[in-house]
Amino acid sequence: MFPLDIASYGKSINYATFFAIGFGFGTVLELAGFGNARKLAAQFYLKDMTVLKTMFTGILTACLLIFFTSSIGYLDFSKIFVNQTYLWPGLIGGLVMGVGFVIGGYCPGTSVVSAASFKLDGVVFFVGTILGAGVFGETVDKFSGFWNASYTERLLLSDWFGWSLGATVVGVTVLALVFFYGAEKTEQYFRTPDAPFTWKIGNRAYVASAVVALMVAVGIWMNGQPTPEQKWQHIGAQYQPLLDKRDVFVHPLEYVKTWNDSAVKLVTLDLRSKAEFDAFHLDSAQRVTFAQLADKDFVFELDQLPPQGVVVLVTNDEAEAVRAWQRLKVQGVTNLYILEHGLRDWQPLFSHVASLHFDLSKPPAKVLEQFPKDAFTTKIKLKTSRRAAGLCS
Amino acid sequence: MQSKPYINPYLAGALLGVVLFGAFALTHSGLGASGAISRIQVAATASIAQSHVDRVGYFASVGGGDRHALDHSSVMMLLGTFAGGLISAWRNRRLKVEVCKGPQISNTTRLALALVGGVLMGFGARFARGCTSGQALSGGAVLSAGSWVFMFAVFGGAYLVAWFVRKLWN
Repeated sequence: MFPLDIASYGKSINYATFFAIGFGFGTVLELAGFGNARKLAAQFYLKDMTVLKTMFTGILTACLLIFFTSSIGYLDFSKIFVNQTYLWPGLIGGLVMGVGFVIGGYCPGTSVVSAASFKLDGVVFFVGTILGAGVFGETVDKFSGFWNASYTERLLLSDWFGWSLGATVVGVTVLALVFFYGAEKTEQYFRTPDAPFTWKIGNRAYVASAVVALMVAVGIWMNGQPTPEQKWQHIGAQYQPLLDKRDVFVHPLEYVKTWNDSAVKLVTLDLRSKAEFDAFHLDSAQRVTFAQLADKDFVFELDQLPPQGVVVLVTNDEAEAVRAWQRLKVQGVTNLYILEHGLRDWQPLFSHVASLHFDLSKPPAKVLEQFPKDAFTTKIKLKTSRRAAGLCS
Repeated sequence: MQSKPYINPYLAGALLGVVLFGAFALTHSGLGASGAISRIQVAATASIAQSHVDRVGYFASVGGGDRHALDHSSVMMLLGTFAGGLISAWRNRRLKVEVCKGPQISNTTRLALALVGGVLMGFGARFARGCTSGQALSGGAVLSAGSWVFMFAVFGGAYLVAWFVRKLWN
């Protein structure tokens, strides 16, 4: 089941893996001609569209492999790092980089390959990127407000368009094929302007590859992505010990402590019936149905929680609590817990401190002082890195 | 000896896609270069003035106190990228000290502009939280909305300026 947790294999294996991946990356870039600034810059004068062709083929190939393996249950997409969306900083930074690209002739990765093949301009460019990163670090305080704005933790194109993942994969495939067709025709025009124009693509291997890519994309769409229950069948085994050892069952007093901790963003989901909820519920709780826990938009919100976000499920039926926990866990919700015994223990637990006169739906921190220090075992451990953090940081 | 021709761009792309998928399957995250570049910069600064690294928040997060900026998987990937480029260039007889430039400009002009472009690229990559590999390629493949906006911004920025600097390359 992928992705592997390579960091858990020890530092040397982890580092060797990253080195090997980098080796493959550098080799491919060099083979494509990306170590040569003239080849790269030609993209912007429409004579040689290698950059666009290679980049989009790379994106399309990886995209199809990722969503195909996810669709048949071999890859847990919720564990895959997706770059956060900072809309405006990304747009502005991208424009600056585009200008840097056409003036300097490289991007950071390609300048490494260029420098490796002894191109002096590549070496100088690479030194420039180091200086540029330094300038950024020295000045970021002056515009940190803008730099941290327009942020969404995990925003996919499919969320943006309101499409299914499969439909988005088909859309990306069609877009890439349109780009490839345009690139072929553009090159043809700029290389031999006098030749008569034809709509046909002469290379049969290209046409066949395009058909295969489209068929794979449509196959991914038709097969759909696995439901949470199907995903639990595939990957549940790794989480089962947490349930068996009751590591995710939180004592009511730990809940009170967490709730009064201003450093934690606590989300409480109450799965009981409306009647029970109306009779009594925790002040911080929102009522949800079991069906909602598979709703894309609902889970999307939970996935946006910061690293110090904690989700606690509340229901008096432990079997239901476990099913709900499984359902959310495989959808990538981190720091997910269950209130032990639901609310059945709640009122009796606080009966002997009732003289403090507090609202039972939101016990204040001072209530904890009335209990012995070892009244509960701490279960909540904040995972500060939600997923592998990506290589840009 | 004549250097060998570059391989077909679509074939290169397919290989790139397989490497990228391998990176996701083995490490959760994709490819990247700019994070390591930032770490080299912090390490270089630290070797001159550690106190400055400790003081500037953005640097301290990777190289402050007893943290070693270079002790990170992204730096390993960068070293691997360098080694892969070196060996591939050697195998294909492209290992040659030279300056890649258009015919109309001098080596000095080319190197000066490479530096300017590099600074812009380094700054922009930090601003956008990733470069062409970490944002466009990796984020593009996993359908990150921000990465797609970023990718079109890079192409947009380059095409906007290309006409004005056409003498550099043609």
